[in-house]
Amino acid sequence: MAETTVQDVVVKEPTLPFGKKEKKLLTDPLTDNNPITIQVLGICSALAVTTQVFPSLVISVAVVFVCAFSSLFTSLLRNNIPKQVRMIVQLVIIATLVTVVELVLKAFSFEVYKQLSVFIGLIITNCIVMGRLEAFALANKPWRSFLDGIGNGLGYGLILIAVAFFRELFGKGTLFTGSPAELNIIGKSNEATSFMINTAAESGIGSWFSWYSNNNLMVLPAAAMFLIGIFIWIQRSRNPKLVDIS
Amino acid sequence: MHSTSQVLTFVLILTTVVAVGLTGLREATKPLADANEALFNKKGVLNAIQTHFAGDLPKDWDDAKVEETYKQVKSYIFDYQGNIMDTTQTKYRVAIDLEKDRDKINKLDITERPFPVWVYEDGGKKFYVVTVYGKGLWDKIWGTVAFQEDMETLAGVSFDHKGETPGLGAEIKDSPGFYSQFKNKKINSETGEYVGITVRKGGAKNTRYEVDGISGATITADGVTEMMQEDIENYQPIFAALKKMK
Repeated sequence: MAETTVQDVVVKEPTLPFGKKEKKLLTDPLTDNNPITIQVLGICSALAVTTQVFPSLVISVAVVFVCAFSSLFTSLLRNNIPKQVRMIVQLVIIATLVTVVELVLKAFSFEVYKQLSVFIGLIITNCIVMGRLEAFALANKPWRSFLDGIGNGLGYGLILIAVAFFRELFGKGTLFTGSPAELNIIGKSNEATSFMINTAAESGIGSWFSWYSNNNLMVLPAAAMFLIGIFIWIQRSRNPKLVDIS
Repeated sequence: MHSTSQVLTFVLILTTVVAVGLTGLREATKPLADANEALFNKKGVLNAIQTHFAGDLPKDWDDAKVEETYKQVKSYIFDYQGNIMDTTQTKYRVAIDLEKDRDKINKLDITERPFPVWVYEDGGKKFYVVTVYGKGLWDKIWGTVAFQEDMETLAGVSFDHKGETPGLGAEIKDSPGFYSQFKNKKINSETGEYVGITVRKGGAKNTRYEVDGISGATITADGVTEMMQEDIENYQPIFAALKKMK
């Protein structure tokens, strides 16, 4: 009796449902289950690429793409992938998508391709992508896996851009270098570049900042480590759910 | 559990699909990528003489302006003694692909190596552009170096790299503060001896032929020093020949 009633209750889901659970898949990785600050995955690339905002942004978009579609394809194939070779198969899927990103950038955005050079290829080794395939896509339906991929890509990108913002601003005094929206915020103006706050100026706002110089630590990967550490600290102290009770 | 033959079939099908797909995409985007690359190399040559052009840097020009200006460039290929090479016999193109072909060229013995020179002439002013090639921290670095008519004073340089860290080693390409230092440096000492250009960590001591390094990028900067000294030295017999040609 009980079994039949349960079956009666089952409502036919629309093909691409977007309810609370699906929304959680997208928003959780941005906050309570962030791949960098909570799962502590993908740290290596987060330290390497975050010296400037613009490359970080492009990498984030690429990771969202790769993460989403590799989750989708892995999930579609999940019942057919032989367990013995599932890691290799996942790697083939990821590598294919990364190569697609590389070829598309090379054909349509050559300057960005030149600027990012090795980092595009390094997405293949980003632990977040394979981590989500193993933990989620292999056990869930395609649509959910796709959303989970997007969510985790965005969560990664959010931290990347936040770290890059502080590193570029305090390390170089610029923002968005390399993009059309290039901003030179603070520094000594010379004939090649002029800054909004010119610390070499004799008068005006710039003269108040004559003591200012760029923090060279910020351009080194160690600075990203400190920044990510601070983000983790702030996040954990503000969210009691995340505190270890042990 | 899948049987071995099932595993093999799955992997075989997957790799074939991926290989065919990627080859197709690569072939489809190749014309675009090649055109981008050719234009990029022309910009590289013009970018070395950027101090001659008012306004935007040549690397920010639109395609038509690059093509138009490049018409004033003549390119030659010399051998190591300064004789013009018979370009019908050399297997390398006249417009040498700075990234790919230089790799092959540098493996050749110096007696077989072609040395390209681009001569830009405009309103009585002449610039000689040569290429240099070396190793950075992660991968290849290379550049174009423009000389004024005396073939001793640098008119400007333009560096590029395959995989230096953005914000650190990549500054050789991105930071005007670094590459604009090379303008008006001389490759000979006060006594007329060949010394090349040195990137000095901690600041240039002799402003005639030294430039300041980049903090956090010592190894890349050392690579720049090495290529600026060795490769330009190899060009000395060719400069002697060019002087006679006038």
